[in-house]
Amino acid sequence: MDFTHDEEWRILAETIRRFIADRYTIETRNRFAYGAGWNPELWAEFCRLGIVGALFGEPIGGFGGRASDIALVFEELGRGVVVEPFLGVLMGGRALAASSEHYGLLQSVVAGDVIAALAHDELSSGYADMDLDTVAERHGDGWRLNGAKLVVSHAEAAGILLISARTEPGDSISLFAVPGDAAGLSIRGYPNIDGGRSGNITLTDVDVAGSALVGDEGAGAAIVREAQAAGLLALCAEALGIMTVMKDATLDYLRTRIQFDVPIGKFQALQHRMAVVLVEIEQARSAVINAVAAFPADPRVRDRALSAAKVTVGRTGTLVAEEAIQLHGGVGMTWELALSHQAKRLIMIDHQLGDEDHHLRRFIVLGKAA
Amino acid sequence: MDLTFSPAEEAFREEVRKFLKDELPPELAEKVARHRSLTKSDMERWHAILNAKGWLASHWPVEWGGTGWSVVERFIFEQEAALAHAPRIVPFGVNMLGPVLVRFGSDAQKQHWLPRILDGSDWWCQGYSEPGAGSDLAGVKTTARREGDVYVVNGQKTWTTLGHFANMIFCLVRTNSSGKKQDGISFLLIDMRSPGVEVRPIVTIEGLHEVNEIFFTDVRVPVENLVGEENCGWTYAKYLLTYERTNIAGIGFSTADFETLRRIAHVPDRRGRRLIDDPLFAARLARVEIDLENLKTTNLRVLAAVAGGGAPGAESSMLKIKGTEVRQEIISLTRRALGRYARPYLREALEAEGDDSSIGSLGQPAAAAHYFNARKLSIYGGSNEIQKNIISRSILEL
Repeated sequence: MDFTHDEEWRILAETIRRFIADRYTIETRNRFAYGAGWNPELWAEFCRLGIVGALFGEPIGGFGGRASDIALVFEELGRGVVVEPFLGVLMGGRALAASSEHYGLLQSVVAGDVIAALAHDELSSGYADMDLDTVAERHGDGWRLNGAKLVVSHAEAAGILLISARTEPGDSISLFAVPGDAAGLSIRGYPNIDGGRSGNITLTDVDVAGSALVGDEGAGAAIVREAQAAGLLALCAEALGIMTVMKDATLDYLRTRIQFDVPIGKFQALQHRMAVVLVEIEQARSAVINAVAAFPADPRVRDRALSAAKVTVGRTGTLVAEEAIQLHGGVGMTWELALSHQAKRLIMIDHQLGDEDHHLRRFIVLGKAA
Repeated sequence: MDLTFSPAEEAFREEVRKFLKDELPPELAEKVARHRSLTKSDMERWHAILNAKGWLASHWPVEWGGTGWSVVERFIFEQEAALAHAPRIVPFGVNMLGPVLVRFGSDAQKQHWLPRILDGSDWWCQGYSEPGAGSDLAGVKTTARREGDVYVVNGQKTWTTLGHFANMIFCLVRTNSSGKKQDGISFLLIDMRSPGVEVRPIVTIEGLHEVNEIFFTDVRVPVENLVGEENCGWTYAKYLLTYERTNIAGIGFSTADFETLRRIAHVPDRRGRRLIDDPLFAARLARVEIDLENLKTTNLRVLAAVAGGGAPGAESSMLKIKGTEVRQEIISLTRRALGRYARPYLREALEAEGDDSSIGSLGQPAAAAHYFNARKLSIYGGSNEIQKNIISRSILEL
């Protein structure tokens, strides 16, 4: 049994960590996280370090693409609360990889030259995942799309949008690669509370060529599910990175903050709470490791492990964010501290790709005997 | 045992409801219901409406312009006002300083300051916490040195809520550094327009400006602004804190927020699905509803035990802990209920007008911001850890 990463991957992790420490301070991050939503120059530098390439396999221009590679990269990105569009590129890239037709476009995505976003979610209560009103109808040699997609991360920055839509017959779902500037496609962008921007996409008679179809007609749901599986793993690993740095900062505070003439870490009531935080983060790390191990397995086993991880990270993330703020007192609520931005991102991870309750339900369903 | 209100109390409730229906401006209620930011003039407006009715100072004796309400009447008013989404009464003058002046102030101080609190001439803020004196409040280091007819004040206060709106601040200052630290504290009223006072904003987690740091550099304060006796300020400070903790259970706010949450849970989506039909969410909702119902009675039991008005003692710590936990859970569930639509942060929707329905936020575009802001509930007014210390010491006698 070996829980360590290979030497070359450890070096990549250190490289990302050093780059974030040197170039991606919280002040730098916040300047554009709460402004333009991302920084194309820093994105390009991240790409030169090989961070996007690490997310994809060699046949499509990357040098990684294993579950452990995704987890390693996103844990480091989490530590820096990096706001650049890695998640969209990961999911969009994985979706494009389902089709040999889009090899050129995919290479541009893997190289970091084109930002991709998965535009799948529509207005619904909870996180009902394959319930679409967006439709694509055959129109000449191509397709005509109508509908709306909500809260798409980095929608405005995306050069290519992977849009899911219902196609005949019945309720089958197909996936289309649509340029961000396609005629009839409009985006209403807005900031996210945790940094970055998202957008609502309206599709009004958007005409695309027949070649815009990704994979087979009717294969969209399966492709989206594959892309989301990678996305779920990425989010869980990102949360792990955030929780780790929040724990370290809180520990540091308990050791240095003096009240009643002693460091507050001397109070047993606080020691025990910090001990619980530590134990729960270790449990979350194990959940991510379980998900990595199950990732190559059949989708049912894989998705159950991913749901287990997302449930764990959702519950533990809330605990860590709330305890870190509480143990810091008022200071923990200030904009000035990295901690407050980490807390926002950590909590909002539970609002992406299904929350704790959604995945608890999915875990139960997938566990029932077939 | 009788859990019902008396006919007189029910009549009072009707009177309060009628007043709120007639006098609470709908645009203010709308802002409060959606957790939008209130402006200074919004707060002053509601203050003036209550003052005109004579319903502003529920903790003061009638002779100084108070309402003379019983604890139950006060509870009824607070509950009904919150359910109607009335703005919170800005507490610093009315609920904090007022009772201290009534009890410990000189006649001249009462006659000068109390009417000015009621008519809104002064906006007070609270100079208690310092960077090094949070939970350990008696550790205040801001000094006041007597020089003839003035005190010369130097130091720094922090977490001063709405200090940027205030023209006056009541401060705990150190007038003696020898001996026990509680014994060298005095209670001083300081004009914020004095030379040497500087207010700097603190931006909080959700990006808003509500609290401040206040710096004092050789600020000259007339000695007649000392409340009570020099070096006895700790007694007054603690007396004030018991008033800060009245209504600390926040039952009215929790009930109002719970009703909003329940409504959201019953809104059908485009397929007719409702959150309330999800057993996991329904269980979360039910648990917090049970906690809230229990807390309502715990609150009334504590109020009933406080004979003839005044403020409860260590029992208020119980209400603070449970009250903030329940409120935070309700606010947290509201964020959860919005699902993926909690992430968009439309600042314009937090300000006066602005469209907020198109993202799917069900009229609560500030739900996530409100959640992060509400983390303060378990920190301020004596953190919940400090309240547990008080319970351990005063009730459990450990």
